Amino acid sequence: MTPALEVSGLRRSYGGIPAVDGVSFRVEEGTIVGLLGPNGAGKTTTVSIICGLLPPEAGEVRVSGVALAGDTDPAKRRLGLVPQELALYEELSADDNLRFFGALQCLDGTRLASRIDDVLHLTGLSDRRRDRVKTYSGGMKRRLNLAAGLLHDPDVLLLDEPTTGVDPQSRNAIFESLEALRDAGKAILYTTHYMEEAERLCDRIVIVDHGRVVAEGTAVELGALLPRSTGPELDVEARAAIALLAARGIAVPGLDGGTPRLEEVFLHLTGHALRDER
Amino acid sequence: MKQALAIVVHELKVFLSDRRSVIVGIVTPILLATFFGFLFSGAGKQDTAKIPVLVADADGSAVSRAVVAGLGADPLLAVTPATEAAAREAVRKGKAAAAVLLPKDFGDNSVRAFFGAAKAPEIALLVDPSRATEAGLVRGLLSEKVFREASREAFGGSSGTTVLEESLRNLEADPAPSTPERETLKQLLRDVTRWKESTKAVPDGAGAPARGPGTAVPFTLKEEAVTARRGVTYNSYAHSFAGMGIQFLLFVALDFGIAFLLERQGGLWKRLRAAPLSRSSLLVGKALAGALVGLISVGATFAFGIVVLGIRIQGSIPGFLLLLVAAALMASSFGLLLAALGKTPGATRGLSILAILLLVMLGGGWVPAFVFPEWLRTVTLVLPTRWAIDGLDAVTWRGAGFVSGALPATAVLLGYTALFLTVARLRFRWTDG
Repeated sequence: MTPALEVSGLRRSYGGIPAVDGVSFRVEEGTIVGLLGPNGAGKTTTVSIICGLLPPEAGEVRVSGVALAGDTDPAKRRLGLVPQELALYEELSADDNLRFFGALQCLDGTRLASRIDDVLHLTGLSDRRRDRVKTYSGGMKRRLNLAAGLLHDPDVLLLDEPTTGVDPQSRNAIFESLEALRDAGKAILYTTHYMEEAERLCDRIVIVDHGRVVAEGTAVELGALLPRSTGPELDVEARAAIALLAARGIAVPGLDGGTPRLEEVFLHLTGHALRDER
Repeated sequence: MKQALAIVVHELKVFLSDRRSVIVGIVTPILLATFFGFLFSGAGKQDTAKIPVLVADADGSAVSRAVVAGLGADPLLAVTPATEAAAREAVRKGKAAAAVLLPKDFGDNSVRAFFGAAKAPEIALLVDPSRATEAGLVRGLLSEKVFREASREAFGGSSGTTVLEESLRNLEADPAPSTPERETLKQLLRDVTRWKESTKAVPDGAGAPARGPGTAVPFTLKEEAVTARRGVTYNSYAHSFAGMGIQFLLFVALDFGIAFLLERQGGLWKRLRAAPLSRSSLLVGKALAGALVGLISVGATFAFGIVVLGIRIQGSIPGFLLLLVAAALMASSFGLLLAALGKTPGATRGLSILAILLLVMLGGGWVPAFVFPEWLRTVTLVLPTRWAIDGLDAVTWRGAGFVSGALPATAVLLGYTALFLTVARLRFRWTDG
């Protein structure tokens, strides 16, 4: 079956330094793939190439089997981008923002009005649609940012750290929206720094570092990459206590009864050294 | 094209939603243009400030007093008597535009010099170098008064009679052999003496000594402002509104350029570029939106001038409208050029404001280009602002027609629009967002 998004052999460098160096992965319909990596690993460059902001030096991007070509390629409408920054006009209302973004995606008339209704409903902003965005809370702005990316009903959704600075309630609302979209058959590429988000949402995870894919698989498959703990033998009560903590989201590294957290895997694969943005 | 139109509508909404932009774009040019227009209009001529001039009369003769009185009676001058030291200090401090120092024996010597009997006395005119125009006016008025009063004294005053008689006696007593020139001069002096005796002295005001008619400047000057048609008075607001209108068109365009740069720094740029939108559509949409907002600004500015200050389009109205559209397009594409060449909003704004002020100043927006030196008038023809302002002047108060007044400037402005858009399209960094 043709994947909704297929990235193969992407390369891109800045001043001779490779930012993306042969990245390949695929996102199937109805799945969420997490793109994880430290700062400067090449995540944002990869997303920029996928949605046409940057031309790759090598490799290609296929959306439903079709390679993207040029600024005006109609296949770009199959992609929906939710940038990390709040890409909204604060002086305008949610309605005006969405009307403009919809027009850029060649939507108009009743189709545009209907889609605006749908995405505002999905993100829980229908009641505030006529208010200026600058009066919104941070979480509401994030949800509207997501709504703008969904407006033209894309097959593939690219989310670049969509929950940065969001309160738990809004984050949960965004997760529920994304799970509903996955259930509706959308392919979602989800870039994040938050391991627990990836663990909750993502069906598969791609870990990139220094512009290369260093690991790919489900959370369980990635956990298998971690060397087995050589910790002490645990009795039944101790195992039960650790399992209880794990169920509440509290990890006890090395004493978790053989179920390593994603963060441990991530640090094992990318190291503990501090990274700066390129 | 639908996408470009969506950009236009959207940018208008953004502009109108920001009160600061509306005020900067509409109210400020009206205020500045009104101020400059008033400054150059000579409005309320009775209230126009007279040129302050100090006079130190070290002579005190009838001639010197008459010169001082003549200067004092002139409606352009505010004459105050002073000592030489005080006059010099006042000019140095900029409190007076000029000072006239009449030397001792000025009256006698000026009359003697009139008949070639003595060297002409020297009048010192102290001037403030920063007020050269006013000093020039004082120089002209002083020459006229001195010539008039010295000739009046020579032909009608008592010292003139004395000098005449003395000169005639000296000639007749001269033992040198007679020559035709000496005889002619003697005859002239005798004729003048007879003429003086035959003419009655003319009273010169209450209490003033009776004095002859004197020699007058052999012409009078009728000043006429040449405007669109006879009977149409010059409205200085027309020029200042053209200048300020163009200046704020450029400022509005700069705001658009800066907003574009800010978009590039944030996620909005990614969203725009991720859409199936051509680069040309994006630039054309932005350019049209900037031009429309600019038109709102310059249109409101001129509407105020027309309704409140009586500016009239004495020439071609379609030409005037066409020029506004062309100027708005030029300004808008200039804003996009700034966005294409600029790296950060802050740095771009600083340099661009300087560039705009220079463009407007050298384009004749602040003071009309006709006061520039010849070489500067020629050089500034390369500036689009010069064409825009000259074109608007032509179709407003000069009353020029569509072909002669509007078309050449429109062609130049549209040429610059194409140039700016082309360079912006080529230099824009499309891929580093």
